[in-house]
Order: sequence, then structure tokens, then C-alpha cells
Amino acid sequence: MEALQIILAGSLVAIACGLLGCFLVLRKMAMVGDAISHAVLPGIVLAFLFTGSRDSVTMLIGAGAIGILTTFLIEFFHKKGKLQTDASIGVTFTWLFAVGVILVSAFAGKVDLDQDCVLYGEIAYVPLDLWITDSGLVMGPRVLYITGTVLIILIAFITLGYKELFLTTFDPGYASAIGISTAVWHYLLMGAVSLTTVASFESVGAILVVALLIAPPATAYMLTENLKKMLIITSFLGVVISAGGYYLAAWLDGSIAGAMASVAGLLFMLAFLFSPGNGMVAKVKSKRSKTVLNPSEA
Amino acid sequence: MDTFFEFFSFADPNIRYVVIGSLLLTASSAIVGSFTFLKKKALVGDAVAHSVLPGVCLSFILYGEKNPIILILGAFATGWLSLILIDIISSKSKIKEDTAIGLILSVFFGIGIFMLTIIQKSGNAAQTGLDQILFGKAASLVGNDLIAFAVIAAILILSVWFFFKEFTLLAFDEDFASTIGLPVRGIELLLTTLTVLAVVIGIQAVGVVLMAAMLITPAAAARFWTEKITTMVWLAAIFGAFSGLTGAYISYIAPSMPTGPWIVVVISTIAFISFFMAPRRGILYRLNNQRKIKKQINDENILKVLYQLGEEEKNFYEKRTIEEILSKRKFVPVALKSGLKRLKREGYLKNDNGYWSFTRAGKHKGQRTVKLHRLWELYLTQYLRIAPDHVHDDADTIEHILTPELEARLEKLLNYPTMDPHQSEIPYR
Repeated sequence: MEALQIILAGSLVAIACGLLGCFLVLRKMAMVGDAISHAVLPGIVLAFLFTGSRDSVTMLIGAGAIGILTTFLIEFFHKKGKLQTDASIGVTFTWLFAVGVILVSAFAGKVDLDQDCVLYGEIAYVPLDLWITDSGLVMGPRVLYITGTVLIILIAFITLGYKELFLTTFDPGYASAIGISTAVWHYLLMGAVSLTTVASFESVGAILVVALLIAPPATAYMLTENLKKMLIITSFLGVVISAGGYYLAAWLDGSIAGAMASVAGLLFMLAFLFSPGNGMVAKVKSKRSKTVLNPSEA
Repeated sequence: MDTFFEFFSFADPNIRYVVIGSLLLTASSAIVGSFTFLKKKALVGDAVAHSVLPGVCLSFILYGEKNPIILILGAFATGWLSLILIDIISSKSKIKEDTAIGLILSVFFGIGIFMLTIIQKSGNAAQTGLDQILFGKAASLVGNDLIAFAVIAAILILSVWFFFKEFTLLAFDEDFASTIGLPVRGIELLLTTLTVLAVVIGIQAVGVVLMAAMLITPAAAARFWTEKITTMVWLAAIFGAFSGLTGAYISYIAPSMPTGPWIVVVISTIAFISFFMAPRRGILYRLNNQRKIKKQINDENILKVLYQLGEEEKNFYEKRTIEEILSKRKFVPVALKSGLKRLKREGYLKNDNGYWSFTRAGKHKGQRTVKLHRLWELYLTQYLRIAPDHVHDDADTIEHILTPELEARLEKLLNYPTMDPHQSEIPYR
């Protein structure tokens, strides 16, 4: 039962991150996702300090706002300060993350957070952290409700805004020609990334969330070029990563989130090598068969 | 305050070691980082920084204790491996470089964390303090470690000094570098090796997670103060060293605090001050400059309108109301009023009970703007063959920019014309 709950929580997180990650990868914004996931840390800590609890909507909103602030700052330094984008990303997120870690250390007594949680989350404690209603009814692990809700919001966001997201990703020129604001959808997407990283934070920590944002979409992208298929494969990979990570961690007695990232990397490597059509092996083979077919060229 | 003097008197040899160590570590990564910054490869440093973690853990698992040389070797190996993998993934598949960086960074870090947690649960007593590699601890630099790190830092600084010209060429003009016969691949390889080395030793002070900041932020801050690469590298080194010193001090007074985040906050503060305050490139300077230009354009337009009104009535020194000015050209009323006041202060206009009129200097300036406008219109129609009804907007912009030298050349080129394409007179003094 506990194993199932942990795997379920992991899957929900991995699917939520993966779905958004598809758009980040296709928009060449993977590193902005990395930046946001680090930068929401001070928002999370401050929300903890002010509200004194974990499961408040304030926390999601506050940290989400910091995520959007990060995107804004990156663009501000880039556009107004003429700082190159990569440096702008690097300076902004390291600063916010550093502030977050200092807050965690300074208020270690008052905040139910520590550096380990920041780094790799506490998914192993998911079954222990129950949601109990005022009347004393035990509703099951709290994290499942939070990540589940966020996943439903995300799926709604992607389904309802599919056309807009699709167009602003692949053909921003055409999108703005037919009246879709690229800026609005850019910030909506960044807001969604912030929301998801905050919701995933407790389970997998601020840094390993990046592995779930980038690795499954990158793997799916090796296998298909169709966005809908890519989203479906990514979701499927999320479940595999979660289950694989759990059993790997149980076997070697290590962090589950770390193991999940390792499995995600392994899956990417397999796709990179053996993907039919795009993988290295397939490429080498097709090269060889070509040389056999045209012996005169050799 | 006592601790402050105790620390900065450097009387305690331990403090001296820690200070020298952190200065060297932060300064050398700032120096190497300047070149990766200029090559626009700043985030590669982030990937290397995260990727050394599995190397450190693996060498600990294999060797069983914290020997600095072995840990450095392990870190170096995986740091290098990450760069090779990023290169392979982004060049051999359709995955873009930024995705490859993010992928390798997070997966390597995940593997590292996985190994670290396995080590921590294994009950090996030698592992205590291994996790300080995550967020750094300057004060843990003692004895043998320090010597190893200081030697590498010295190698880094000397290599950059020795290959300064080559690195500069590589950063600014790779094609030129290869044309004049420099082994570009080799120099690139050297720079990459130095970057990995800088990360490997820098993590002692700053930690794996925030090491990227030590490569990127000092360089980004320094870039705002100078256009010269020598100055920039020096500045980056000084900024980096200053934050390293602060980190060492904080590590000394608050041993429970990780030093990395404090070092990063200090260097980020320096960077933000630079972004906003730096002369010429800073954001405030730019905004101020834009405002000045806007004011200048506004004022010149006011004088132009007054001149045109004078032209129509053949009386340049007539008193005008604000309404008359607005009937000729749409100004934002507030901007018009402040512009009029400013022009009066500067001696171009006189004000008499709400009526405005030229001084001699004002008429002269208005005349010049009108002249430039009409000269430019004529130039566009004669030389670029643009229809006379399409030249006004362009002339309206350029009239504020043309210098006296360009004015003289235009006059000469057009052979001192008297009429513009719309048959208005071009006024000479």
C-alpha cells in the first residue's frame, strides 16, 4: 500500500512536469524551466513563514508569482540591460536560490523544511503525511490531493489552450497574425511551470524537478515528432520513471527522487541509442545499408 | 564586532589559510568564467557544476575516505564526461543544446544525490561532511586540502595569463583565430579543461548547486563597467575574491550556515548594482540617456513650430500662445509646458504673461532644425528617389540627430539649395 502511494505520487508529479516540459523543450526554453524551479524556493520558504503551514493556496500563488517574477527579471536584464540571455538566466536563478537556501538555514527551527528536502524532497514520507478533516476523517496522503489537483488543472490548461500553445510554440508569427498573444501564452506557461514546480517541490525537491521537466519530454522527442503522441509518451514515461525509481531506491537504499532522475536519464539514453529512426544505432545502420546499396560511391 | 577584528587581523593561521583559500578559489573561477561568459556558454558551467557530484561520490565509494586528490580526480572525470555527452547529444540528434544541458545537469545531479544518500545510509563514519560539497563550506579548508586547491587555482590563473591572447581571440572571433593558424580545437579544449578545474575546486567554497554563479555572475557584473577585456577579467577576479572573502568570514562567525549561498548573494548584489548603476552600460544610465534625448527632441520640436509660425506670418519675434503652438503640432500638454519652461531657462524663449516668443538664440536654433528637416527631405527625394509625400516622417526623426559636420556635407552635396521638395524655403542664416 505504501509503495503504491509513493509510486502514485511520483507518477502524478512526473506526468505534470513532463506535460509542461514538452512545451519547454520544443520552445528551446529548457533552461528557463531550470531557472524557475530553482527560483521558487524563496517564495516557498516565505510562504511557510507567513502562513505557518504547507497546504495553503497562498503558498502556491506566492511561489507562482515568484516564478513569473523570475521570467520577468530574466527578460528585463536581457532587454533593458543588454545582458546576454544565458548569463541573465544564470545570474537571476542562482541569486534567488541562494536567498532561498539562506532563508531555510536561518529559519530552520521555524520552518518545516531543511536542505535535504530542498535538494531531493521527501517523497518517502508521502504515506505518513495524511490529510485529516476537521471531523477526524482520514482522507489519505495529502500530497496526492495537491499533485492530483495540479495535474487536473494542467490537463485542463493544455486541452483548452492546445491550439494557442501549439501555434505559439511552432509558429509564433502566424499565431500573432491571427490574434493570439505570444506574450500572454508565454507568461501563462511560465505560471504553469511555477505552479507545478511548487507542487512537486515537497516530493522531489527543487533541483530534481528539472530532471522530470526535461528528461521525459526529451526522451519522447527522440521517439516521435507529433506533439500529441509526445505528450502521451511523456505521461507513460512518467509512470515508468516513478515505479522504476521507487524499486531502484528500495534495492540500493537511497533517495527515491535521486533514483527517479537516474531512471529518467537511463530511459533517455536507451531512446537516444535505440530509437527507431532517430537513434544512433538506427542511423549507423541506415548509413551502412546506403553504402551497400551504392557500392560505386564508395 | 570582536569577531570582525579577530577575523580581519588574520592573526590566527587557520583564518589565514581559509581566507587565502577562498580568495584563490573564487577569483580563479571568476577569471575562467569571464571567457565562458564571453563565449556565451555561461550555462555550460552550471552543467559541469552539477555533474561533478556523482564523480565525488563515486570516488568516495571506491576509495572509502575523503582524500582531496581522489575526490578532485573523480569530480574532474564526471565534469568532463558531462560536457562530452552534451556535445554528442546536441550534435548527433535533434535535441537542442539547452535541452541537452538541462538534461545532463539534472540527471547527473540526480545520480549524484542517489549515490550520496546511499553513502549516508551506509554508516561509513568517514562520510561526515561529504554533503558540505553541496552548498560549500569555506572554513572546512584546512591543511592538505588547501595546498591541493591552492596549487590548482594557481595553475588556472597562470594558464589564463599565459594563453590570454588565444582565449580572447577564441571568445570574440573564432573564425579569425583559425584563419591565422591557431589550433582552435586545442585552445577550446584547454578552456573547457580549465572550466572543469575551476568548478572542481570552486565547489569547496561555494558548493555544487550554486557554483555556476561563481563562473557567470562576476563576469556579467564586470562586463558592465568596461569595454576592455583585460580590465573586465581583473574586475571579475576582484568581485569574485571579495565575495569569497565575505563567504569565509560568514563561515567563520556562523559555522552552521552554508557559505555558498552567502557568497552568491554578495556577488549577485555586486552584479545588480553594476546592472543598474554602471556608467554608460547600466540600466539607469541608459534610461536617463533616453529621457534626455526625448527632452531634446521635444524642445527642438517646440522651437521648430515657433519658427514655422514666424515663417507664415513673416514675423519671428511675435508673441505666441500655447494654443497657437498646439494648433501647429500635437504635443502632450505637460511635455509642452515643461519644455517651454526649460527653453526659457536656457535662454531660447521669453515669457510675457503666458505669451511666448523667441530670443535670438532661440530663433537661430529653431531655424537650424527646420533647415535640417528640409535639407534631408531634399536629399531623400533627389538621391534616394523617394516620393516627396513620403519623406516627412523620416526627416522629422533625423533632424534631431544630424551633426554640424553632416549638415555641412549635405549642404555641399545638394549644392546649397534654396527650396525643399515642397517648395518651402530652406533658411540659411
